[in-house]
Amino acid sequence: AGPMPGMRSPLSTDEPPTSRKDITGYNNFYEFGTDKSDPARNAGRLTTRPWTVKVDGMVARPATFDLDDILKAVTLEERIYRMRCVEGWSMVIPWVGFPLSALLSKVEPLGSAKYVAFETLVRPAEMTGLGGFIKVLDWPYREGLRLDEAMHPLTLLATGLYGESLPNQNGAPLRLVVPWKYGFKGIKSIVRISLTDKQPATSWNMQAPQEYGFYSNVNPAVDHPRWSQATERRIGEGSGLFAKRRPTLPFNGYAEQVAGLYAGMDLRKFY
Amino acid sequence: MAPARPRPPPRMPTWPVYLLGLVPAVYYFWQGIYGDLGADPLKVLEHALGEWALRFLIAGLAVTPLRRELGINLLKYRRALGLLAFLYVLLHLGVYAVLDQGLDWRSVGADILRRPYITVGMAGFLLLLPLAATSFNAAIRWLGGRNWSRLHKLVYPAALAGALHYVMLVKSWPLEPLVYAAIVLALLGWRLWRGRSHRAP
Repeated sequence: AGPMPGMRSPLSTDEPPTSRKDITGYNNFYEFGTDKSDPARNAGRLTTRPWTVKVDGMVARPATFDLDDILKAVTLEERIYRMRCVEGWSMVIPWVGFPLSALLSKVEPLGSAKYVAFETLVRPAEMTGLGGFIKVLDWPYREGLRLDEAMHPLTLLATGLYGESLPNQNGAPLRLVVPWKYGFKGIKSIVRISLTDKQPATSWNMQAPQEYGFYSNVNPAVDHPRWSQATERRIGEGSGLFAKRRPTLPFNGYAEQVAGLYAGMDLRKFY
Repeated sequence: MAPARPRPPPRMPTWPVYLLGLVPAVYYFWQGIYGDLGADPLKVLEHALGEWALRFLIAGLAVTPLRRELGINLLKYRRALGLLAFLYVLLHLGVYAVLDQGLDWRSVGADILRRPYITVGMAGFLLLLPLAATSFNAAIRWLGGRNWSRLHKLVYPAALAGALHYVMLVKSWPLEPLVYAAIVLALLGWRLWRGRSHRAP
């Protein structure tokens, strides 16, 4: 990983970041296997250069961007965000990246565009989890946001971590970070971004619609059908075995900035 | 298929089985205390103990088919395997209640009532209780062999509950829980098949 410094951002939390070892060794990236340690072991073989991202759909200027050209055109920031996994654990991660809105404004979304759909690379030769006996998800991995969520200043496209380029297991070379939503919304190794007027299909919602909604905002009051979301275990805290669970915050502690996006919506229904 | 003729029991005493059976527990607690279980050690410990419980349950369920089909007689060690399974279930439950939930009984209670995979797991534990409580010779004499064997058939639903508990808790369809479930189903299916074929003329 080469150096990739970012400017300090006032949007960063001052909570102590989780160790680099834990952030890069404990990952959900099913394209490289379902065990948390699989991505660190298997993602090394992924080729991340050259890398292009196709941005199309309801935009005035659709384009296929070379990632290095994007990186020359944007200002990289360091954003230290809380990350809450839907499984009940959390981390604090020093991302380096740029606001998604910076990329979207280059393609000029049309007035009719309401949603943004994302897709992960599918490259079986390098992604060991794509084969296998049972198909764990319907590839490619898909995620989506409402356009106003996508344009929110907190919404980040990350290209780095801890001041260096993003390790493959964390979604290199380009991943989404939406800190007020469960971690799985942060789609990794993005190759396509499409603007549409219909709510896009998303992978975990397709897999288990009653468990994973389109919105998936962090919400301690709405349990996952199979486990509680009221508390979380902060990875690396309390020397591991004796870590006390901490209460989960609405919108993962970003309510002040984002709760307005959902004014008047029943968050039990739109989970 | 002609059943193999059971061979006499092996000479090895049972205590090494208990001793070896404790090795994984000691290993995982040791690793946990020394911070070698990765980023979320509690989860690894919880899972490892649960998985070993399932392994010992499966080993216990395999004793009869092994004897009948392959003539391998491990009957002598079945009680040890069963008690080890119970011990691992107990440790698994203890780690969940004490370390994971911090003895917050309200949240444990809510989990048992509202989370089907925990309800199923708890049911499995309750089914094992009378078996562990009657796992000594005096209990067999007191109950009578017939009643005792009947009572100990509770291990079938308990093993099913354990396997189901594992399948129900994972996201997506990783292979491992399905493999355990398939083995449990095969061992119980063998009993069903055998029961039927013996009743047939």
